[in-house]
Amino acid sequence: MENNKYLIELKNISVSFDGEKILENLNLSIKDGEFVTFLGPSGCGKTTTLRIIAGFLQPDEGEVLFENKDMRGVPSHKRQVNTIFQRYALFPHLTVAENIAFGLKIKKMKKPDIKKKVQEMLALVNLKGFENRMIDSLSGGQQQRVAIARALAVDPKVLLLDEPLGALDLKLRKDMQVELKKIQQSLGITFIYVTHDQEEALSMSDTIVVMDAGKIQQIGSPTDIYNEPVNAFVADFIGESNIVDGVMHADNVVEFSGHVFDCLDKGFGKDEAVDVVVRPEDVDVVPKEKGMLTGTVTAVTFKGVHYEIIVDIGGFLWMIQSTDIQHVGDEIGLEIEPDAIHIMKKSKYSGTFGDFSSYSEEFDELSDVNAGVSREDDGDE
Amino acid sequence: MNKGLAIGNNKVNLLPFSGWMVVFVLVPIALVVYYAFTDVDGFTLENLKWVGTYGKTLWLSVVLAFYATAICLLLAYPIAYSMSRASARVQRNATLIIMLPMWMNFLVRTYAWMTLLEDTGLINSALRAIFGMDFPGLRLINNHGAIVLGMVYNYLPYMILPIYTSMTKIGTSLIEAARDLGANGAQVLGRVILPLSVPGIISGITMVFIPSISTFIISKILGGGKDYLIGDLIEDYFLGNSGVVNYNIGAALSLTIMVMILAATFIMNHFDKDASTSGGGVI
Repeated sequence: MENNKYLIELKNISVSFDGEKILENLNLSIKDGEFVTFLGPSGCGKTTTLRIIAGFLQPDEGEVLFENKDMRGVPSHKRQVNTIFQRYALFPHLTVAENIAFGLKIKKMKKPDIKKKVQEMLALVNLKGFENRMIDSLSGGQQQRVAIARALAVDPKVLLLDEPLGALDLKLRKDMQVELKKIQQSLGITFIYVTHDQEEALSMSDTIVVMDAGKIQQIGSPTDIYNEPVNAFVADFIGESNIVDGVMHADNVVEFSGHVFDCLDKGFGKDEAVDVVVRPEDVDVVPKEKGMLTGTVTAVTFKGVHYEIIVDIGGFLWMIQSTDIQHVGDEIGLEIEPDAIHIMKKSKYSGTFGDFSSYSEEFDELSDVNAGVSREDDGDE
Repeated sequence: MNKGLAIGNNKVNLLPFSGWMVVFVLVPIALVVYYAFTDVDGFTLENLKWVGTYGKTLWLSVVLAFYATAICLLLAYPIAYSMSRASARVQRNATLIIMLPMWMNFLVRTYAWMTLLEDTGLINSALRAIFGMDFPGLRLINNHGAIVLGMVYNYLPYMILPIYTSMTKIGTSLIEAARDLGANGAQVLGRVILPLSVPGIISGITMVFIPSISTFIISKILGGGKDYLIGDLIEDYFLGNSGVVNYNIGAALSLTIMVMILAATFIMNHFDKDASTSGGGVI
C-alpha cells in the first residue's frame, strides 16, 4: 500500500441521538500507519466517531470508506478493525491465553498456530508467564496489556483505542503511553486513539484531531496544534494559555492589554478584532519600568521546574511560568517577543474562557468520572 | 489479631444470625432426622424401608419436576436475554409484569388454572362453542401435563429473574468486544453470553426444581389427586388425610427429598466453578 493513499476516509458524517446532533458533517482522512488521536472534552463526539469506524454505529448520513470500499452495512465482525475498550471488556470467564486466543479460534486457526501467536502476543505486551491467570487476578495495567494483545492477535489493519489509559494511575499511564507508541511503531499499523488528555495526545500522536460539539476544530501535527491553534477553543484546550482580545492594526502589528506589540501574523483586515494567544512559558518577567505590560502578582505556585505566577493586568489574570520566584503583591513588568504571540480569527469560542486557562479543572472532573465503579461503561457520549 | 474497626467482636455480631440458624434451621433438621430414624420403640430403619415402597411416587416427582425445570429454562432464557438487552424502562416494566402474578395467592393462581382447564372449564367450553361439538379425547386436566403446566406457570419467574440478573451483569462492551474480534451472533451467544450466565441458570434450576419436586398443592388441584407426588405423601403422613398420622415416615420421606436436592445441588455447583465470584448463585 502506498503511503499517500488514505486507509480510512469519513465523508460528510452526521449522527444524532434523540434529535441531538452528535456529529455534524464530519470529514476526515487517515493514512496507513498513522497514529491519529481524537482529542476533545467529553460529549464532543470522539467516541461516536470511533464507534462509526468500528461498525458499532451506523451514521445517519455520510459514508465510511476503508481502502476506498464503502463500509455501509458491513458489520463490525467483518471489518479489519479492532478496538480496545474503555474498560478493556475482557472476558472474565476465560484465562489470559483464552482471551487472546478468542479471535483466533473464531478465525478457525489451527491449535499450534494459536499457541504460537498467543506466546508472541504475550511477549509483545510483556506478559510472559501470565497465560493461565484469570482476568480478575490481574491489575488494571495488566488487564490493559491483555486487551491490547487480544486485539492485536487478529492482525488488524487498524487498532481503535477508546480512552484506553483512563482508568490507570498517572505513573502507569505514562509508561503505557510510551509502550503503546513503541508497539504502534514496531507493527506499523494505524492507531486511532481517543482521549480527553491533551498531554497524552501531544506526546503520542502523528496527527491530532481536535473536536468539540460534534465538529472537527483543527487537524494537525502536535506542534501545529500547540503553536498555531485555529481558534480560542483549541488554544484553551491544548496546553495552558492566556487568551485576550486584540486588534490587528496592520500586518505584524497587534494591540492588546493597552500596548501595541510586534508580531509575525499577517493577512487580517485593518483594525480587525482578533483573539490573541500567549503561552505562559513565552512571557518574560522584567523590572516594572522595562515591561511592555505591568501587573500585580496575585498568586505563586511552585511547580518543580518553574513557578506558576498569576498576574493581574488591568483586571485580566494572566498565567506566567518563570524559573525566578516572585512574591504576591509585587508589581512586575512583562515582555512578550513577537514570535510568542499567536493571532486567531474571532470564533464562536471568543471570550468564553475568561482569565488564563488551564485544562486542569475539566481534566480532574473527567478523571473522577473514570474512577467511578461502573464496569459497563459504554462510552461517555 | 484482627483489631479492625468492627463494633464489638465477631461472635457478638453474628449472634442474631446464629440464633436464627439454630432455631429455624438446625433444630428443625435435627427433628426431621430424629423422627426419620425412630419410632415408638426407639431407633429404627423401618421408616426408610417404607420410603422404598414409594419408589414410583419418588420417580414421578423427579420426572415431573425435571420436565417443569427444563421447560422453564427453555422459556426463561430467551425472555431473560431480551429483557437484559432492552432499555432501562422496558426492563423495569418487564420485571414488574413477571413479578405481578407472585403478588397473588399461590392457591388462587392454581385454582384459576383449574377453572380454565377442567372439562367444563373455559377452554373446553370455548372449543365447544366454536366447533359445536365435544372433544372427548381432549383432557386438559388431571394428568401429568396439567401438573407440569402448573409448575411451569408458578415457578417460571424464579427461573427468569436469576438468569436475567446474571445477564444484566454482562456489559454491552463484552458483547461488542466479541463482535469486534469476529464473532457472529451465534458465537457471541455460545462463547460469551451462555458461559457468563451459568450462575443464573444454576440458581434458576435450583429455585424451580426444589419447589417442583416437593409440591403437593399443584398435583392435588391440577392432577386430580390420582397422581400422588412425594409432597402429597408427606402432607398425608403429617396431617393424616388418608387416615394415618405417622410423623416418622413423613420425616423419612422429607429427609429423602433433602438428600436428593443436596445431591442435585452438588452436581450443579460442579458446573459453576466460580458462582461465588460471578454472582447469581443462591446455593
